[in-house]
Amino acid sequence: MKQTLHAEWTKLRTVTAPGWLLLALVVLTVAVSAATAAAAECPSTGCHQDVARLSLAGIHVGQTVVAVLAVLVISGEYSTGMMRTTLMATPRRSTVLAAKSVVLTGVVLVAGAVAVFGCLLAAGLILPGNGFTTAQGQAMPAPADGPTLRAAAGSVLYLVLIALLALGTATAVRDPAAAVGVVLGLLFVLPILTQLVTDPDWHRHLQQIAPMTAGLAIQSTTGADSLPIGPWAGLGVLAGWAVAALLGGGLVLRLRDV
Amino acid sequence: MTLTTTSYRSGTPAVHAGFAQQLRAEWTKFRTVRGWVAGLAAAALVIVLIGLIGAHTERPTCEDPNQPCTGARGPGGEAVTDRFYFVHQPLTGDGSITVRITSLAPEGAKGGLPPWAKAGIVLKAGDRAGSAYAAVMATAGHGVRMQHNYTHDTAGAPGTVSAASPHWLRLTRTGDTVTGYRSADGARWTAVGTARLTGLPSQVQAGMFAASPPATESTSQKFGGLSNRGAPTRATGVFDHVALSGTESGDAAWHGEQMGGPADDFASDGTFRRADDTFTVTGSGDIAPAVGGPMTAGGQTIERSLAGTFVGLILVIVVGVTFITAEYRRGLIRTTLMASPRRGRAPAAKAVVLAAVTFAAGLPAAAAAVLLGEWLVRPGGFDFPVGSLTELRVVAGTAALLAVTAVLAMAVGTVLRRSAGAVTLVFAAIVLPYILATASILPAGPSQWLLRVTPAAGFAIQQNMPQYAQVDSDYTPAFGYFPLPPWGGFAVLCGWTAVALGAAVFMMRRRDA
Repeated sequence: MKQTLHAEWTKLRTVTAPGWLLLALVVLTVAVSAATAAAAECPSTGCHQDVARLSLAGIHVGQTVVAVLAVLVISGEYSTGMMRTTLMATPRRSTVLAAKSVVLTGVVLVAGAVAVFGCLLAAGLILPGNGFTTAQGQAMPAPADGPTLRAAAGSVLYLVLIALLALGTATAVRDPAAAVGVVLGLLFVLPILTQLVTDPDWHRHLQQIAPMTAGLAIQSTTGADSLPIGPWAGLGVLAGWAVAALLGGGLVLRLRDV
Repeated sequence: MTLTTTSYRSGTPAVHAGFAQQLRAEWTKFRTVRGWVAGLAAAALVIVLIGLIGAHTERPTCEDPNQPCTGARGPGGEAVTDRFYFVHQPLTGDGSITVRITSLAPEGAKGGLPPWAKAGIVLKAGDRAGSAYAAVMATAGHGVRMQHNYTHDTAGAPGTVSAASPHWLRLTRTGDTVTGYRSADGARWTAVGTARLTGLPSQVQAGMFAASPPATESTSQKFGGLSNRGAPTRATGVFDHVALSGTESGDAAWHGEQMGGPADDFASDGTFRRADDTFTVTGSGDIAPAVGGPMTAGGQTIERSLAGTFVGLILVIVVGVTFITAEYRRGLIRTTLMASPRRGRAPAAKAVVLAAVTFAAGLPAAAAAVLLGEWLVRPGGFDFPVGSLTELRVVAGTAALLAVTAVLAMAVGTVLRRSAGAVTLVFAAIVLPYILATASILPAGPSQWLLRVTPAAGFAIQQNMPQYAQVDSDYTPAFGYFPLPPWGGFAVLCGWTAVALGAAVFMMRRRDA
């Protein structure tokens, strides 16, 4: 396992694309968060906004970059034929997938933490200028206070889980374009379908099972009663999706010829 | 000793490798790859299926399950709101009604009135909701207005009404023509506007009315939230110097009536009180065209049955990107370029084939989604009926949106040569902004900018909801209102595609295959 981990790390490190994608993840996430913060307004009547959620809006865009990175980790090997070499070196296929998961988790954890820190920093600099001040009852997110810390740490975990979900999907699908299409569809189609459903119960259930809406519940720091699902429970739903994708991918990897 | 050699010549005639041959080659490639054909078929299927889900949800505006669920329709067939309190009596033939309005205030003097709260005089063809009318009125925030047949609105004198500065209002009917006048003193009259109401019956209902639409609780700036419709509001207008000329009935015949159905969360019941010659009329609701937004959230629109478009787009993007990246991956591009060395032609031929095939798949899908949706929400069709030209524009526009996006995806795939990156880039350029803007994830301001500058502006081709200055609503992307006009938004998408295609041809020429 140690050798396999080392091999996976070397592969990730020596290909140019992952480095650029991780950089893009940080830059895009922070840029979108900063733009959203700059556009947010807080009228003098009080803004009633979830500042943590507002500050972390860039995660919506950042997750697509994470999805590409995760898909490339395995689909890239299939398109170049590298996968045959990999499996010759490590015949236990579950070990290969596990090693890929660990390395991917590591890099996304680091890059995600940098991105989330950048988001909070940018929002902390921009939002007070738009009327989000303590006088308005909108204290700026201090990373130390409980709910904000949960939102920040949860957003990093969210990105990691998206990466694992994409890795599992790409292992099963193999073709990079199709895999990215499936992952993006899984993330974004359900929220739109939810909009179409007018029945309140169904609406709530769909929000509870959709990986994106459930997972992003972790970003909420206010209005916990009106959420379709609790913050940690929501992240748990996404973790369920990720585990299911990895198990499915692992099973296909085991059964199928390369 | 001379050695003569004859070089070998193939017996088959030389084929001129023209653009038509290249189109045929690309078409052959497309139709023989199972994944691409299946991808387009799936895109068409998903558009229809999601459209059916959108059309088949319950319609929250239905109050009585035994009644056909249709909103009021105006004289032009458009959806209208026709709910107000009406103090009226019949007026036969030509004639006029004159009043002085001295006050327009919220009931009970608490809070403010919505700017479009109104009280005035109206000539109306009948009791039926949606019947023709012409009215001249004082409003809370927009001065004196002359309005007729729901969609028409003419501004008169500005300023609010008070006991110190009352408005004298007059409506005069001559045949089918109704003219509205306003005066400050009841002596010198100024015409506000003229309405031609074709087919007005000889007997109309003339009288005073009051209406006040529910306030919009504007929380659209709220992150991740939608704005809501507030509770019903009630406006009270005070009239005196009421004079009706050209009628048989007497002064005592004034009769108060709530128009447009029982009280609900849009309008509450009105009242009217008469003390000598002073009429105090309190009413709720609105006489106006129906618009989208919080006022009618959940109404069935043609757009709703095309909600599957963006899912179809994801599939089309994958097909478009792999149409070129697969050639790079398999090395087929070398064969393609050997067969037709003029490199600029390869992306051009691919673009033509891809656009034609996607359009051909998208057109029946969009048409089926709209027609099935219309059939499912019968009787009465969509809550916001559209003309057949608009319907055609929306259906053909949806197919064109798919086709142009496929070309954009193919061009980006040519430049990047990496399928995963290209799919994500195109997705992030067109589908993501659309979702961020319309699923109320972003506030209204950034949403509108996203739909102006990104290729997602092309979704504007689907918009069909009317927007009127005389109705306050949240005209935001979350409610189907795009910042650009339909063809303007589509042009933005086409512009991006042209740039990408130019880059693709340029890269194809410069780069080794």
